[in-house]
Amino acid sequence: MKPSGTSRLPDILRAHEREILDEWIALQLDSLSTRRDLISESELLRQSRDFLSAFAEAAATGGLDRPSGPGWATVRELLDRLSEARALQGFSPAETATFVFSLKQPLFTTLRRTIPDAAALAEEAWRVTLVLDALGLHTTETYQRRRDEIIARQQQEMLELSTPVVTLWDGILALPLIGTLDSARTQVVMESLLQRIVATGSRIAILDITGVPMVDTLVAQHLLKTVAAARLMGADCIISGIRPQIAQTIVHLGVDLNSVTTKATLADAFRVALQRSGLAVTRGAAAPAPGSAGA
Amino acid sequence: MERIPILKMGACLLVSIQVDMHDRLALQLQDDLTTRIADTGARGVLIDISSLEVVDSFIGRMLANIAAMSRVLDAETVVVGMQPAVAITLVELGLPLTGVRTALDVEGGMELLSASFAAPGLEDGGGLL
Amino acid sequence: MAAVFSESLPLTASEHILTVRRMVRQRAIEIGFSLVDQTKVVTAASELARNTIQHGGGGHAVVEIVTQGPRRGLRLAFEDRGPGIADIELAMRDGYSTAGGLGLGLSGAKRLSNEFSISSTPGAGTRVVITRWK
Repeated sequence: MKPSGTSRLPDILRAHEREILDEWIALQLDSLSTRRDLISESELLRQSRDFLSAFAEAAATGGLDRPSGPGWATVRELLDRLSEARALQGFSPAETATFVFSLKQPLFTTLRRTIPDAAALAEEAWRVTLVLDALGLHTTETYQRRRDEIIARQQQEMLELSTPVVTLWDGILALPLIGTLDSARTQVVMESLLQRIVATGSRIAILDITGVPMVDTLVAQHLLKTVAAARLMGADCIISGIRPQIAQTIVHLGVDLNSVTTKATLADAFRVALQRSGLAVTRGAAAPAPGSAGA
Repeated sequence: MERIPILKMGACLLVSIQVDMHDRLALQLQDDLTTRIADTGARGVLIDISSLEVVDSFIGRMLANIAAMSRVLDAETVVVGMQPAVAITLVELGLPLTGVRTALDVEGGMELLSASFAAPGLEDGGGLL
Repeated sequence: MAAVFSESLPLTASEHILTVRRMVRQRAIEIGFSLVDQTKVVTAASELARNTIQHGGGGHAVVEIVTQGPRRGLRLAFEDRGPGIADIELAMRDGYSTAGGLGLGLSGAKRLSNEFSISSTPGAGTRVVITRWK
């Protein structure tokens, strides 16, 4: 049911703003859901006053018939800042939305006192409901969007962190892969490894997949393509960290790893890499660690 | 007519491909190389493709041909300096280039060739495309 | 899909393959393709250009920068009025070749592209279109 006619709400809000605020504050302080542990009384007063003032302003400038429209943009921005502050204080999104919804009660009380006509009262009450519902929902959407942004940024950081190319020794590189390998990521990883091979002049690259939980045909193909490309460039690859489950999957999928050296552990792969490089590790006198006796 | 220069370094012939070759130039290189190997008795051919930004199936075939013809003339061929983007593209194209030995750079290529002189008759990964 | 740039190049001599490569490379750089993507599209163009000259009896290539909503791409069309391909599926199989080549041209170009389409009528000609998106 869409409200019709001009609303008396802006006038009522202007005339009774102080009373509405007082009643609202009293209600919030009384209510158990206000989380007195997270917010001080003066802060609550400030937030409520700012919101009510912006609300009255937007109502007066003709935003009442478009609860989600541009007339409420200032109010939404204020709510965004408020939500962020509250999130930092430890409020859940529901608690912040409840803050918005709780304004309904003092508004309804005031409307009942100032509008004698039942039909007109119902209409104004409905207007208030539509607007406050939209604003309350907006706070939860903002919260969700912020969370999605954080997740996306963390994923990006993890992607960068999880594809480092490490020089184990002169001419021996290692690429410890961590997490799920998808097509896009594997390509990025592949290119970065090949570039490092050229940049460091390394002839051996160890692809360690200990941290890869699952290998499907696509991932296996990408790994094999990386190995083939490295070989074309003149470097050799060793794949290490193949767990028993992955070994089973590879065989079941019929992936042909015959042309690739595979080792169970990175250590084994490093041993092979050293041998192929004509290097050996010999035992000499152990050097004492700094800070220990005899140092 | 322009030709790709072939340098002699001891028992090896050195070719550095710096230009985007058109087909005639590539075929000329094949001819010139086989002639020089026969003339000089060279035992090794090193082809530097570090400046090549594109290797399509025609150039790929040229490299494989050179390797095969050289082997018939008792010379080993090593291709060095393939750029990563080229390597990735060749793999995607499906051109395995078996029979062509590769190294990261000229130094690595010379090492491979010297090793092959030291052990004549020993071929690993021999297989002609 | 809209084309914001379009140029036609002749494909009648093997020197033209280089011209196509250069033109495609320039457009690819303009669009902002990564080095690997540039290499892939230039190599695919080289394969198809050679096909047109060697098997199609010559023809032409059309290089276009295309847009689809916010994304931009490079679309290349290779056309000839040659003998056409009787069995396209067979021609697309790796290793198949009628003229002593490796037969990688068509299938290779497909693998190197995001989109690939081919139409051919025996006796009338062939048209191959590939697209790579940024």
